[in-house]
Formats: sequence, structure tokens, C-alpha cells
Amino acid sequence: MSPTATQHIIEVCYLVATALFILALKWLSAPSTARRGVLAGEIGMALAIGGTLFHHGIVEYKWILIALVLGTIIGVPLGMVQMTAVPQRTALSHACGALCVTLVGTAEFYLRAPDVPKFMMAVLSMEVILGGLTFTGSLMAAGKLQEVLPQRPITYKGQNFVNLSLLAISILVAARLVLHPDEKMLFPLIIGIPLIFGVMMIIPIGGADMPTVISLLNSYAGLSAAAMGFVLDSKLLIIAGALDGSSGFILSVIMSKAMNRSFSNVLFGAFGQVQTSAGAAKEERPVHSATAEEAAGILAAANSVVIVPGYGMAVAQAQHKVRELFDALTKKGIDVKFGIHPVAGRMPGHMNVLLAEADIPYDRLLDMDSINPDFPQTDVVLIIGANDVTNPAARTDQSSPIYGMPILDVDKARTVMVIKRSMNPGFAGIDNPLYYFDKTLMLFGDAKGFVGDIVREITGGGH
Amino acid sequence: MTFDLINSLYVFMLAGFIGFEVIRRVSPLLHTPLMSLTNALDAIAVVGAIVIAGEAKTTFSTVLGTIAIVAAMSNVVGGFLITDRMLRMFKSTKTKKS
Repeated sequence: MSPTATQHIIEVCYLVATALFILALKWLSAPSTARRGVLAGEIGMALAIGGTLFHHGIVEYKWILIALVLGTIIGVPLGMVQMTAVPQRTALSHACGALCVTLVGTAEFYLRAPDVPKFMMAVLSMEVILGGLTFTGSLMAAGKLQEVLPQRPITYKGQNFVNLSLLAISILVAARLVLHPDEKMLFPLIIGIPLIFGVMMIIPIGGADMPTVISLLNSYAGLSAAAMGFVLDSKLLIIAGALDGSSGFILSVIMSKAMNRSFSNVLFGAFGQVQTSAGAAKEERPVHSATAEEAAGILAAANSVVIVPGYGMAVAQAQHKVRELFDALTKKGIDVKFGIHPVAGRMPGHMNVLLAEADIPYDRLLDMDSINPDFPQTDVVLIIGANDVTNPAARTDQSSPIYGMPILDVDKARTVMVIKRSMNPGFAGIDNPLYYFDKTLMLFGDAKGFVGDIVREITGGGH
Repeated sequence: MTFDLINSLYVFMLAGFIGFEVIRRVSPLLHTPLMSLTNALDAIAVVGAIVIAGEAKTTFSTVLGTIAIVAAMSNVVGGFLITDRMLRMFKSTKTKKS
């Protein structure tokens, strides 16, 4: 076959792959069609890779095949991780994507330099800067999520200044390269500095901010891939990158709104530590606590129950015990729903995946806007490992660091029960006035064990 | 290789709008699978890496291209695999009973 004919066939493969990618995301909009979306994405990917193998410029297949096999071997265990490890796996895959883009950008530069047109040098710089910072940033995020790095934010004086300077220097170097693409020795700088920036960017970020950060890194990874598409003049890459970039962008906006953070705050990744001073004025206030037996009695007597899960449920691996509780209550004819805050957990949708894994039907999982009107008619709210997202101070106390953050209105229910290890304030160090309400019962203990005890009381005490 | 800047910018802009409209409709229920699926799709960067590795112009570019293929391919396989595993777990009350 002539080279032009092969080229046309490759282009058709890419065109079909692009259409399938868009369909994949479209079908993902509902759980009933979502798996079809994955299939569409897989076929599109197979077409694109298959087509590329016929590219006329390819002279050596050995390394390509070895790399494809090796990538598959690494990919399979990454696809089989536990559901609780999904946030760190996601961060790790952002890092892999960014690594690929950065390496290709670097190779492109040294193949073309010094003959690089200005605009191409500009997008090439964007590709490696975004790729570099996403690579180390995502590795750091994965490390924090896997808890091999400290989860708590590390801050120092002048941190934002240092970070922004690093970013500014890499942009200046990139600008210099655009004007003088022959100065090859500058190129390592626009990879190296963003690599450092990526690390510095994540250092001040704590666990509770991870949903926003992961979304943001997702967006950066997409944009760097789109920049790579500009460099290689590949529409397929531009479109896939733009889709990924807008997906990460939308998720970051949703997450930042759910935490009441300004969008510029998110864009520059400059999350300070949430002020801890507010929790300083500690006083011993009485709380009501209850045993598993009492909690079981209250739950069994209710008509409607809303369970509010948080990161604590994931840490305690309590989702399967929660399912047993769900089944036990549902069997008694009690209406059980789950109220899920957008930033509950460590990544967008984290709680939904864990509860789906535990076999809880997805129509019982309601997002904040759908569940909030139901709280005034709810008999019992059971909070498992969630804290700040239920804090009524966000609505009423202007001095609170989380004032203005949309919360689950659990305090409007008739009775609130909170499973918590102790009275220590949560991650952000913010006291939760909910715990001192008369209608609130504190259930002290490990989430998994306590829910298990409640289930035993309900089923064992069978009426 | 032509470098058609304006065309590419139009494509980028339109794809951005399509992405925005399509992804806005994804239910919050599926935000985690959304992220892992877009991740897998984003690994389409593997096609660029394949060309770089296969052209074998310099040892340096071949090595970088080869590593890039490994990184991207692990995302392709891992991303689709985990997305499908997650989506298989989402069952409604109706399908559970039947």
C-alpha cells in the first residue's frame, strides 16, 4: 500500500477513535449506560494504537512492542487495586500520564532544536512545564494518600512567594527559549524547575484538600496532553487532552465550591493550611454519649434514617459493616438513605465507589442538594467518620474558618448520632458545635466495630 | 509535518466546549469512574510516544519514547480495567432484586 493511502487509513482510525472517546464520556452520564462508555473508550484506544503502528516513519518495532507489553504488565495490577486505594492509584496514574507527555516533549525538542518555530516552542514549553509539575505533584499526592508521606500540611514563611517564583522563573526561561530556541542548555531548566515546583506545591496541602488537588492535577495532565497534540499536530491528542482538561476543570470547580474556596485559590494551587487557631478556645462542654445497644434501639424505632459517611469510614474499612446495617434496617421496613457531601473522602465520588463496592444500590446514595431538603423529616442521622461537612458553624458562625462552606443539614433531623473515636477535633482542628446539641448522641469507638455491634443488637434482639 | 496553528486552536476550543457540556451531565455518583476513564483516554498520548520510539532517530529519543510508552500503556490498561470494575459494582435496587 502506498504511504499516502496508509496515512489516510490512520487518519480515519483517529477520527473514529475521537468520536468513540466523546461517546464514552457521554455514556458515562448514567450508571445504566456507563459500562458501554468504557467499551467505546477501549475500542477507540485499540483503533488509535493499532493505526499508529502502521505509521510510515516507524522503522523499529522491537522497543515499541517490549514497551507495550511491559506497560500492560504494570497496568494490570494498577487496575486491580482495592477500592479504598483508588485515590492514590488515581494520583499515580496522573503521574504516569504526565511522565509520558514530558518525555515525549523532551525528545521532540532535542530532535528539532535549534529549528523550532516560535509558537511550537511555546506549546512545547507549556507541555513540559505542565507535565513536569503534574508528574512530581501527583507522586507527592499519591505518597500522602498512601500515607508514606505525612498527610498533615507543612507550611513555612514565604511559601507562596517561593512557589510562585519557581513558576515565574520557569515561564521566563520558556520565554527566552521561544526567542532563542538554539540555547539548548536552557531546556533542562524548564523541566527541572517544574519538577521541584510540583513537590513544593503539594507540601502545604493536607488530606482534606485532596479532592480538589487530584481534580486540579487531572486538569493539568489533560492540558499538557493537549499541548503535546499541538506540537505533534495531532487532532486526536488535542481533543482527548481537552476532554480530560475540561473534566478535571469541572471537578475542581465543583470541589472548590463545595469547600467554599475561591477559584483563583484553586488555579494557583496555593492552598494555605486551614487556620487552626479557631479551635484553641477549648472548654469542657458536656456531651451525651450512648452505647451500641441504645443506638440500635433508636435506629430500630425510626421510620427514616440517613447515613452520612466520611473519610473515617474509608479508613476504618467500615463500608461492609455499613451494608449489613443497611440490610438490617431495610428488612425492618425502615427507609435508609445515604447523604454524600461532594468532598467527603479523598477524591470526587470516593464514598459512592466504596458504598457501591459494599453492594449498596446506587439509588440510595444521594448528593448534598438532593438529601438536604429531607433532613427535617428524618428521624435519625448516623454520621460515620465525617466531621467538617456536617458542622453547623459553617452556616452560622462568621468567625469559623469554614464559614460559608455548604454542609449537610444534619442538625435539622430529630436525632443525630455520631460515631467518632474521641472528642478530638478533626483534621482542620475545628470544633463541631453539633456534638454538644441535646439531640446529638456521641457513639465513641472504632467505626467498623461500633457499626458491627449495632447490627448485632438489631438482628440479635429480633422482634 | 504541517503546523496548522489556527485549525488546531479551533479544534481545541470546540473540544473544550464539548467536554464541558458532556461532562457537566455526569452524575456526582460517578465522579470517581469519570476521573479514571478520562485518565485512560488521556493516555492516548501513547500514540505520540510510539512514533518517537519507532522512528529511532537518536538513541536518546528512542529511550525516552520507550519509557513514555510504558508509562502511558500502564494508564491505558489500568485505567480501563479499574473503571470497568467500579462500574460493575454500581447496581440499582431493581437490578439487585431481579
